[in-house]
Amino acid sequence: MSKIIKVLLNLALYSGILYIGIIILSKVFDIGTKRFLVFDEKKKKVASIGFLIFTGLIPVFLSKNTYALRTSILVLIYIVLALSLNFVLGFAGQLSMGHAAFYAVGAYTTAILTVNYNVPFWISLIFSALVAAIFGLLLGIPTLRLKGDYLAITTIGFGEILRLILINWTSFTRGPAGIPGIPSPTIFGYTINTNTGYFYILYILALITIFISHRLLNSRLGRGLIAIKDDEVAAEAMGINPTFLKILAFVLGAAIAGIVGGIFASFIHYVNPDNFTYMESVVILTMVVLGGVGSIPGVIVGATVLAILPEALRGISTYRYAIYGILLAMMMIVRPQGIISMASLKGGGGNENSRSQSSN
Amino acid sequence: MFMEQLSNGIALGSIYALTAIGFTMVYGIIRLINFAHGDLYMIGAFLTYTGLTLFNMPIVPSFLFGMVGAAAFGIAIAKFAYSPVFKAPRINLFLSAIGIAIFLENFAMLIWGPETQSFPSVINNKVYSFIGIRISSLQLIILGSTIVLVGILTYVVQYTKLGRAMRCVSQDMDVSKLMGINTDRIVYLTFALGSGLGAAAGTLVGMYYKAVYPMMGFVPGLKAFIAAVIGGIGSIPGAMLGGLIMGISESLGAAYISSGYRDAIAFIILIIILLLKPEGLLGKGIKEKI
Repeated sequence: MSKIIKVLLNLALYSGILYIGIIILSKVFDIGTKRFLVFDEKKKKVASIGFLIFTGLIPVFLSKNTYALRTSILVLIYIVLALSLNFVLGFAGQLSMGHAAFYAVGAYTTAILTVNYNVPFWISLIFSALVAAIFGLLLGIPTLRLKGDYLAITTIGFGEILRLILINWTSFTRGPAGIPGIPSPTIFGYTINTNTGYFYILYILALITIFISHRLLNSRLGRGLIAIKDDEVAAEAMGINPTFLKILAFVLGAAIAGIVGGIFASFIHYVNPDNFTYMESVVILTMVVLGGVGSIPGVIVGATVLAILPEALRGISTYRYAIYGILLAMMMIVRPQGIISMASLKGGGGNENSRSQSSN
Repeated sequence: MFMEQLSNGIALGSIYALTAIGFTMVYGIIRLINFAHGDLYMIGAFLTYTGLTLFNMPIVPSFLFGMVGAAAFGIAIAKFAYSPVFKAPRINLFLSAIGIAIFLENFAMLIWGPETQSFPSVINNKVYSFIGIRISSLQLIILGSTIVLVGILTYVVQYTKLGRAMRCVSQDMDVSKLMGINTDRIVYLTFALGSGLGAAAGTLVGMYYKAVYPMMGFVPGLKAFIAAVIGGIGSIPGAMLGGLIMGISESLGAAYISSGYRDAIAFIILIIILLLKPEGLLGKGIKEKI
């Protein structure tokens, strides 16, 4: 009985801290976004370049601290994964909950090609992207018929079936034992096997993904996707082809998740079906929603916060996932639009009132 | 062999049916995939277990204790985690439910410990066989309690004022409010009923496999959704039918195809149903209005 009371008291304490944390974080980012938006073009450029240089130098600051450096590599992996899901969820508005499946396909493609067939890493990475894209196409086709909840559960099913195949097809994937000994990549004869090397590979991949997201969002295709998200029927009436664009979003998201899967496999030198469970998909989904669906800086912040959180909570490890659950529910109640919402980036301030005021 | 798998499948199917009914009721009212439903099923099983081992109660009061306790949990979740998000975009409600599911799993780990607890055997399990069919008394109890609970539920939904209000709210919440129905109360009561049924299913599973553990609700929670979709979401007889179809096809599939793909069978049925008849076997198709 005293144990139950102790658990409840602890949970109440942590929830209180979380609540205050969310409020403070929201305020900080609100003010930050507003400040950033009034900058002129030149200042924005300077700020972005400064940020890029700062983040690019992280391995230099952390060169002594291997644990922190590995954590920052994981953060980058999750940033790319969350951005790739953002194509499907943020741009096209399709709720996909099987994103870890594409990540798994990419990781296993690289693992099997490099270990069993001695294919060079970079070529197998291209195959990872291709195979994941084909799976994205396979999953994209049923979305023509399904919406919302049905789509969500079908994608969960897709992820689970894939994981069961990875476990049961032992002659090809070695089943639950996993595939060890995935080699490190080489560039011009140098083998990249340090954390710093992986950091920069992923850093470049993250920059490319951000660039693609940014360009896509402001292009004809991206606007078509946003139109589908807002109202599919109206978009179709305006001459947009929803089928094509939705599949495109799935394929693009899947291909990027496949590439990062391949790099992940090489980074930890080992793949195993347990790395790609349903929880993994939920974590990626949470990153996107927590950061702000569709908003690129939001998704980056969401991925960073949620990738660091489990590490930061190691001290109270038994309460870790309970707190994670509370955070998720509380965030949805306190700040449903995400940390940096798409609306706030357009200068709308994030709520209806201020938007109508600014338009007047 | 076939008959044995069939009776096994029917027992399993009636448990799925109980879980799916609770699920489909909640979906019918607030259009939410209640990801926490499977975890309420687990909480119910653990509460019954606590009633049996800690308070030394006999099985029937423990069973009721589990159901009522899970119903209380269901109401609390609806009040604190779901109703503040009703007006937000759908995905927020969805993620709130996932958050609660993760929380409940870990809450159970904190209180009861992460390891599997063996459920005390409360019933003297005899195996009856007649005309070549072998059926155990546990399977009969599962079938019997399912029939009784579904009977009570059907009576409540079809013939009482509360049931009429519930059917109203599931058709149109705003209009029901205008007609003087206290919709908040109906939502909470639906959660209570659904969670109670889920808890009953969880306890029956605990009795059947003689084990309870914090993650026991996750896969059944997903399967309950699938069973509800197969039968037509929002329809109680549909959920019953869907649950039975799934239980039988799963135990036959595990026996004759491959036991490794046991959990995949449910998803394959789901995908086939969604492609052929998206509104489910007993569901009514709704045309989208522009």
